[in-house]
Amino acid sequence: MRRFLQRHVSQVALSPSLALIAIFLYGFIAYTAAVSTTNSKAFPRFDSFVGLEQYWRLFHTPRWHVAFTNMFLFGGLFLLVTISLGLVIAILIDQRIRAESFFRSIVMYPMAMSFVVTGIIWQWLLNPTLGIEVMVHQLGFTSFRLDWLTNPDTVIWALVVAAFWQGCGLVMALFLAGLRGIDEDIWKAAAVDGIPAWRVYVYIVIPMLAPVFLTVVVLLSLSIVRAFDLVVALTNGGPGVSSDLPSVFMFDMAFRRTNLGLSAASAVVMLGTVLAILIPYLYVETRERA
Amino acid sequence: MPASTQVTPQATRSGWLTPRRRKAILTRGVLYLLLVIIALFFAGPLYILLSTSFKTMPEIQSGGLMTLPHEPTVQPWVTAWGEACIGITCGGLKGYFGNSMVMTIPAVLISVMIGAINGYALAKWPFPGARFVFAALVAGNFVPFQVVLAPVAVTLRTLGLFGSVEGLILIHVIYGIPITTMLFRNFFLSVPNDLIKAARIDGAGFFWIFFRIVLPLSPSVIVVALILQFTGIWNDFLFAVSFSNPSSAPMTVALNNLVNSNFGVKEYNVHMAATVIAAAPTLILYILLGRYFLRGMTAGAVKG
Repeated sequence: MRRFLQRHVSQVALSPSLALIAIFLYGFIAYTAAVSTTNSKAFPRFDSFVGLEQYWRLFHTPRWHVAFTNMFLFGGLFLLVTISLGLVIAILIDQRIRAESFFRSIVMYPMAMSFVVTGIIWQWLLNPTLGIEVMVHQLGFTSFRLDWLTNPDTVIWALVVAAFWQGCGLVMALFLAGLRGIDEDIWKAAAVDGIPAWRVYVYIVIPMLAPVFLTVVVLLSLSIVRAFDLVVALTNGGPGVSSDLPSVFMFDMAFRRTNLGLSAASAVVMLGTVLAILIPYLYVETRERA
Repeated sequence: MPASTQVTPQATRSGWLTPRRRKAILTRGVLYLLLVIIALFFAGPLYILLSTSFKTMPEIQSGGLMTLPHEPTVQPWVTAWGEACIGITCGGLKGYFGNSMVMTIPAVLISVMIGAINGYALAKWPFPGARFVFAALVAGNFVPFQVVLAPVAVTLRTLGLFGSVEGLILIHVIYGIPITTMLFRNFFLSVPNDLIKAARIDGAGFFWIFFRIVLPLSPSVIVVALILQFTGIWNDFLFAVSFSNPSSAPMTVALNNLVNSNFGVKEYNVHMAATVIAAAPTLILYILLGRYFLRGMTAGAVKG
């Protein structure tokens, strides 16, 4: 026994973690997948097998449609805004500026804040009777309107701006690291040839950052699928259900509406979305390394 | 970075600026103007949060989001900490701050310890199938936790831990394994194998090498892991709102309940003080240990 332990000490040390992950991750994913094929309401019941009916029901639920569409709408806008502005800010900070670490810290500190705190802050800033709208009115622009939070058509922008404020620092930092990794000689050569800086960025430097773009897109996409706290704190899904996301739908069905079967189906769809992002990424990554 | 945008002090002898130098100065001016606008966008919200938390309610209602408080008062802070009503109890945030601390500190220490041992075992004591074990553990980083919420709730009820701080600690420790294991394994790969081999020839065992050789070589990754886990667990809302009850709720849940409750008059100054209190621990970590913080965030960005 003692000799077995000594020879396999590494496996023995890992086995508690492996057991916990096997049960709490893989086992529980299987459990949720199983629940999604039942008609469970408040409690999981495996004697009410309904096949894929919950998935059919899910995609015929108008609220899920809103939530699922919002994930792509919010996700698309958030990716576009955060990647383009994150890159621009990284380029600006990379111009041998004074007080560089000061500017970097200011762009990055929001990532220490929770999404709950972020959501609450932006809820105030976008509040038409309290926040930025009042401030702009006092500056004399009395026709200024900023009704993102109360307008179902534009509420998604409230999520985008808050998520950008919180997440831009990380994207900026990744791009800045990428820019710093580029050979200085490219700039010297371009200066000798008299090529303007913007052309060097557009035609040489940004294409060289392709791997950073890929990483950023995957990281942000994963965070989009999981986005939950921000919506709860900022809009609570409202007005109505216009800013609902899959995670909020799932939580509501599981813990408030006691519809575990439908909730499980929505969670499995979320996991499927993550896999749809991840598998092509891992494929590209492993192929490049091989 | 482009060499051409550098400003070098080279005014001409006559005192006039060459067109080229004028253009350079103009470019720098636009650059700093943009940077200041960006800084205002990111810093503005924190400034408003802080200044409003020291204002009286009449002053807030009279407008002036960006002004400093006319008659600064700490009453909102006193109320937020000890008197504000959250749900049906009116004891302020202090109890929830305590809950968060009692939950976060053990969960961080245990999960970092487990991750360090796992990472060390995988990186330095490889065995057939070690890569597969690593992949199986690390895949957990990508899973949206919504997919395990319901079974975790059932399990915690069965164990009698639902609604307790201990239950939250358990869950944070378990779901912290993938990220801490990944962080430590990737770092320990860089520790020279010769050191381990030499110690093994001298008869040193698994844990002796871990505590006497490997850990002393890795203070930076330990700090990164501690920061990453502290930030993640302190800021967590999904597990907190799913598995806590009013007496065990951590700060994120209490803050959301305080601010987003529909009852009574909204005391914005109290709410803002409460928000600063909720954000303070992780913000202080960021200010003190920014460099490690960024490394942690980059490593942790993958996890749920």
